[in-house]
Amino acid sequence: MSIATSSEERFAQASQLQLTWWRFCRHRLAVISLAVVAFFYLVVIFADFLAIADPHAVDARRSFIPPQGFALFDSGAWSPHVSGLKGVRDPRTFKLTYTPDPARKLPVKFFVRGYSYNLFGVIPTDRHLFGIEGGQPVDGVFLLGTDQLGRDLFSRLIVATRISLSIGLAGVTLSLMLGILLGGISGLYGGAIDTLIQRLIEVVRSIPTIPLWMGLAAALPNTWSVTQVYFAITLIISLVSWTELARVVRGRFLALREEDFVIAAELAGASQMRIILRHMLPSFASHVIAAVSLALPVMIVSETSLSFLGLGLRPPAISWGILLQDAQNVQVLAGAPWLLCAAVPVIIVILAFNFLGDGLRDAADPYG
Amino acid sequence: MVEAARRVLSVRDLVVDFVQDTGTIRALDGVSLDLHAGRVLGVVGESGCGKSLTARAVLRLVDRPGRIVSGKVLLDPGAPAQQELTALDPEGEAIRAVRGGRIGLIFQEPMSALSMHYTVGNQIIEAIRAHSGLGKSAARQRAIELLQEVGIPRPETRIDAYPFQLSGGLRQRVGIALALAADPEILIADEPTTALDVTTQAQILALLRRLQRTKGMALMLITHDMGVIAQMADDVAVMYLGKVVEFAPVQQLFAAPRHPYTRALLRSVPNIRAVPRERLATIGGAVPHPESRPTGCAFHPRCPEIIAGRCALEMPPPLPPDQEGASCFHVMPKMMVDA
Amino acid sequence: MTVLEVERLSKSFPIKSGLLQRETGRVRAVQDVSFSIARGETLALVGESGCGKTTVARCILRALPPSSGAIRFSPQEGTTIDLAPLSRSALRPIRRHIQMIFQDPYASLNPRMMVGDIIAEPLLVAGVPLAKRQARVRELLELVGLPPAARTRFPHAFSGGQRQRIGIARALALDPTLVVADEPVSALDVSVQAQIINLLLDLQDRLGLSMLFVAHDLGVVRHVSDRVAVMYVGRIVEVAPTIALYARPRHPYTEALLAAVPKPDPMLRDAAAAPRGEVADPANPPPGCAFHPRCPHAVDRCRVELPELREVAPGNFSACHRAEELTLVGVA
Repeated sequence: MSIATSSEERFAQASQLQLTWWRFCRHRLAVISLAVVAFFYLVVIFADFLAIADPHAVDARRSFIPPQGFALFDSGAWSPHVSGLKGVRDPRTFKLTYTPDPARKLPVKFFVRGYSYNLFGVIPTDRHLFGIEGGQPVDGVFLLGTDQLGRDLFSRLIVATRISLSIGLAGVTLSLMLGILLGGISGLYGGAIDTLIQRLIEVVRSIPTIPLWMGLAAALPNTWSVTQVYFAITLIISLVSWTELARVVRGRFLALREEDFVIAAELAGASQMRIILRHMLPSFASHVIAAVSLALPVMIVSETSLSFLGLGLRPPAISWGILLQDAQNVQVLAGAPWLLCAAVPVIIVILAFNFLGDGLRDAADPYG
Repeated sequence: MVEAARRVLSVRDLVVDFVQDTGTIRALDGVSLDLHAGRVLGVVGESGCGKSLTARAVLRLVDRPGRIVSGKVLLDPGAPAQQELTALDPEGEAIRAVRGGRIGLIFQEPMSALSMHYTVGNQIIEAIRAHSGLGKSAARQRAIELLQEVGIPRPETRIDAYPFQLSGGLRQRVGIALALAADPEILIADEPTTALDVTTQAQILALLRRLQRTKGMALMLITHDMGVIAQMADDVAVMYLGKVVEFAPVQQLFAAPRHPYTRALLRSVPNIRAVPRERLATIGGAVPHPESRPTGCAFHPRCPEIIAGRCALEMPPPLPPDQEGASCFHVMPKMMVDA
Repeated sequence: MTVLEVERLSKSFPIKSGLLQRETGRVRAVQDVSFSIARGETLALVGESGCGKTTVARCILRALPPSSGAIRFSPQEGTTIDLAPLSRSALRPIRRHIQMIFQDPYASLNPRMMVGDIIAEPLLVAGVPLAKRQARVRELLELVGLPPAARTRFPHAFSGGQRQRIGIARALALDPTLVVADEPVSALDVSVQAQIINLLLDLQDRLGLSMLFVAHDLGVVRHVSDRVAVMYVGRIVEVAPTIALYARPRHPYTEALLAAVPKPDPMLRDAAAAPRGEVADPANPPPGCAFHPRCPHAVDRCRVELPELREVAPGNFSACHRAEELTLVGVA
């Protein structure tokens, strides 16, 4: 009997993972989203390297500098530069405004020395991707302008990305562990313990999240360090979102337990452990990955809204929510609309994660 | 005999494609059929042969990515009021008047035609009123009559039942009543008994036969079961991979099948009269996926009577509608003689 | 020699309702089912959906715990074990002797495992060393008519019939004494169905398998079985050698089943008389003989007294009060 011809050989020998990947690749929006998400996580890894100025460096003289252009050529020759700034005081309001001074050209260099940091948290260095060396205190590359305290918004946004995205990842990891553990127990053993966990999930899900977060966040001591608050917030966020994952895991467990191929393994005399590890886990891994990629944006938005409301992370920590907190004041916003730019990555990342999750979910269903 | 009955529906050279990322799949490849008033056309074939798709294409129910590429479906062909269904808007008023109006449809799983949220009566009354000018109470009376007609006991009470409260057999009877709501001249039944148990199947088949005869309807019965064909059909179209490969009156088909595929199919049916432990005749291999349709005659890789150098290269000419014969090089010369 | 002896097997499922899922009743899916299978014999268990045939199969495989009764199984001559009371861990060493062929060739193979690994799993679990496993897999593939290259492919590359062959190879991996086949051909196309039936017949001849063949198609059953047990609403109503049962049924339900099969012969039209009424609800079966509301031969006694399965002719068992006096019509 003939089986697959040579042209179908690739398909015949493709594992489920490869098939899923091929199906995923057909979902164009999801592939783009995957690239976007990957880009953002690269930013997370190299945040300090990409930042231009120390995101915490305060300088009153640089207050509210508007976003600044970036020229690559100087009279036809390759010479990336920015113009120096000239402070002009408004004669009526006495407000200092900065305008570019085309006379002063500051060359932008790559791999310049700047503030020191630890690359990947371990390698001490002070190299940055680009920036200017020397110059007056007000000089600098302000791609997105500065805030009231004269901190470079571009650098702050990049460092904020690190916290906002990693808090999502940490939160998802935590809720994934809780979800798999409790959902797995629930689906595997059933009976009274299942009922207990299901009721617990229902109770947790019925609590309105904002007041719960407010209460928990308010309970965090003021004396805690940024890192402590960071982990506490992660914990608070994942306390709610594990329920969804637990449901996915339990549902898959229950469905798989009735699958013929699982029964076949049991009739072959396979142990419970082997059935779970060899037959059940691989079968729902893809569903869990899809659920995770849909849970991540929820986490990120949660952190952002908490911090925006002043309930989450607190300065000097930098996250998207904290950056947006600066844009709360209408008066400030009227004078410095560029402060709103922190909303852009939030929107992009959330959309990308949602499309990615959709694509993964579609691709994960082997017979869909 | 075939000539005597009035043609009510003609399918001519119907081609349906499914456009997918991996390429275009030709699911129906030039199907031609005729339905006659008062006759039962059995359409038989294995999975993927396009028998159900033919029915859906007739009613313009081919969903994307499927597409009718060419061919015609004519209602009342030759009559002054001839209607070309393939020219109608698939969502338009005109086709909806035909669907469930002139042509009744019976599904394999009656639940796909019935809604869970409305009583049986509601749905039948609605169908009656959509295709007639009857008032509410008259329509209800008619619905009870219909339920009675399809053999539902105590129709006055069952009319207020929800579909899920009925057994599979009763549900299929309700499905038939729904198909009959507008007094159609044509009934298309797509595997109407496949989901049913054998005793229920016998009841439903007997019902279908009685209704078809008393009302003089044309019935297109789609099935994979040669037993059902033998019991029900007047004429039989055997399909394989999107083509009609043989057409014959039922007794002719069972007595002297022409196409090697029909012969093999008939021999491979497990027989209730067989000698125990007797081996069945088999057809080698499996039905190919329409995506990898063999060249030439689509059956040639499995055919025991393949003509070397011909069947794999040339496509046997398609069967003209309503003409006994088979689309096979072994049979063609005989047909020429007949003509 | 008897391989399997089932005695008064019953299985009921609770009907739960309400918020607290309190038990409000029981569905008696299988009641007092008794039969035996001899070595090398195929017993077909037939009946319509909901008659309990699949439940019987699952109880014998101990995929379900029986409510009562005994399932005496003899893996070798001289040893007999009652499977009914065994715990999960006590069952594991016995499992290798009873294997199953599934109905759905798509759901029964793990889509994430290569065919070779699927077939080798029972061997692996039984502790067969790698080299022997590989040789055995090759042997099994040949046995079921698949090329050796199939080993490194995934199930999605195979058609329904080929997948069913893979499932059969897996079931045969450990040389089981008894194979339980649950509707193994009902999901397949007619032409492929014939291949699988022939394969099962060949394998049985070569390996001397005993088989419990669960099916609803009486044509298929006639081809594969030595004896047939007919079930209706949880009980066996007739057991007889295949030819005898088809030629002269001893229970009106068997007669009705045979009459209802559409015969692939247009000359025999309209002979099929469908039994009236509907299959009884197993949660609420009628009193007396469950078939009496549909039975053309029913008398008052049938409405009140439950008929016991008894031998009405040598080798022929029937659960009909009137089995001896009625002359029922079968097929030639």
